Amino acid sequence: MAKKQVMFTFPHDLIKEPIIYLLSHKFEVVTNIRRADVTENRGWVVLELEGEDKEIDAGIAWVIEKGVRVDPIEGDIIEG
Amino acid sequence: MSFATGLRCRKCGQEYPLQPLKVCDFCLSPVEVNYDYKAMSKAVSRDSIAAGPTTIWRYRDLLPVETKHEIDLGTGMTPLVKADNLGWELGLERLYIKNDCLTPTYSFKDRAVAVAVNKAKEFGFDTVACASTGNLAASVAAHAAKAGMKAYVFVPSNVEPGKLVGVSIYKPNLVTVEGSYDDVNRLCAEVAQRYNWGFININLRPYYAEGSKTLGYEVAEQLGWQSPDCVVAPAASGLLFTRIWKGLQELSMLKLIDPVNTHMYLTQAAGSSPIVKAHEAGSLHIHPVTPNTIVTSIAIGNPADGYYALMVARQSGGGAQDVNDEEAIEGMKLLAETEGIFAEAAGGVVIAGLRKLVQAGKIHKGQLTVAFITGAGPRTQEIVSDVVQPVKVEPNLKSFSEVAGVGV
Repeated sequence: MAKKQVMFTFPHDLIKEPIIYLLSHKFEVVTNIRRADVTENRGWVVLELEGEDKEIDAGIAWVIEKGVRVDPIEGDIIEG
Repeated sequence: MSFATGLRCRKCGQEYPLQPLKVCDFCLSPVEVNYDYKAMSKAVSRDSIAAGPTTIWRYRDLLPVETKHEIDLGTGMTPLVKADNLGWELGLERLYIKNDCLTPTYSFKDRAVAVAVNKAKEFGFDTVACASTGNLAASVAAHAAKAGMKAYVFVPSNVEPGKLVGVSIYKPNLVTVEGSYDDVNRLCAEVAQRYNWGFININLRPYYAEGSKTLGYEVAEQLGWQSPDCVVAPAASGLLFTRIWKGLQELSMLKLIDPVNTHMYLTQAAGSSPIVKAHEAGSLHIHPVTPNTIVTSIAIGNPADGYYALMVARQSGGGAQDVNDEEAIEGMKLLAETEGIFAEAAGGVVIAGLRKLVQAGKIHKGQLTVAFITGAGPRTQEIVSDVVQPVKVEPNLKSFSEVAGVGV
């Protein structure tokens, strides 16, 4: 089992969607929220995903396809 | 000796022993080095610092490195020059330039990497790694060469080969990644998790960050042990900006300077300015952006320390200013033409941002202001190639005199 720590940033039109709930039901991925800030027009969630690599990768691809921005929690690693 | 006592989460306060650690295990927030400042204050004085080497290691007691035989390329004590010509252009009477073009690999990254690589050695790593398109890569590769360590440098495959000469000369393992900027980010996060390496800005980030404090220390010392009224510095991940502030605060805590009343202004390129946008919106949330600017050395769309940089700008009574690419180029040229300093585009962002801050009445002419120039221009000189406009003459004096308008 692998773990991946990521940050989801939700656009306004996805705030009401139960994306994280659906992620853990559509894929064999355990979601563990560590920090979050969600208001009526924006939101971000820092969470840990646990599961097989291919399930996590497929889950993240689905989340991105839904319109959520997914970033490593380290922020951008590439520096100038 | 080092007075570092451990790591502490900047968000929830959870404490950890000194170890390679990328984020807090509990809330996944950044961690930073904690010190025994009481013991440090008994060991550190202006005299003890002045008696040290003319490198960042004169501040050894304020850094988290234990070794007495540090790997050292000679980084630090770069010039702080009074910039009267530029000050006159901008309407400032007490303007100084901290010129960090003059480090071993031509950018301030040498300060941060020096601390991180020494710490990597102490932790027993035989390999260091980073992802970079220029300055960080060169610094990591150079320090690894000096340390006799292996280095892996990851770059997106679309980076111009010319930019990589200043990296490859140190013979690291250069890895070009087929994919987007985000793909490289994701790959490096996974590599850092999988391999037992010292990844400079991931699991060594808390130590890497501490090296940047020396910019704050040096400026205060070079000003005769005082903090400036205003600081203008570039912001990419936001780490440098927060550590200049931390450096000043620590000197004050150690009673080496008076209480700090410095207004901290960060500058970004408009095409990659998530911190400025959050500041302007009055928000504490940094919304990630996709960078679109020629100022590649500070083009970070998802800044790890963005929130903390924003807090420093607010709490210090400073602010945040962006400039577009054309303004950045003009800033580069103005700095070169007035002070003889060829900075990279990030330096142009600082100078152009400073101009806007003065024009907006935020920085006043009598305030002692320090502009931080954090990298040299030659690595990306093609962006100002239009400055080459030679006068063409025949190989005789008559031709030259006619063209140049100078009497024989």
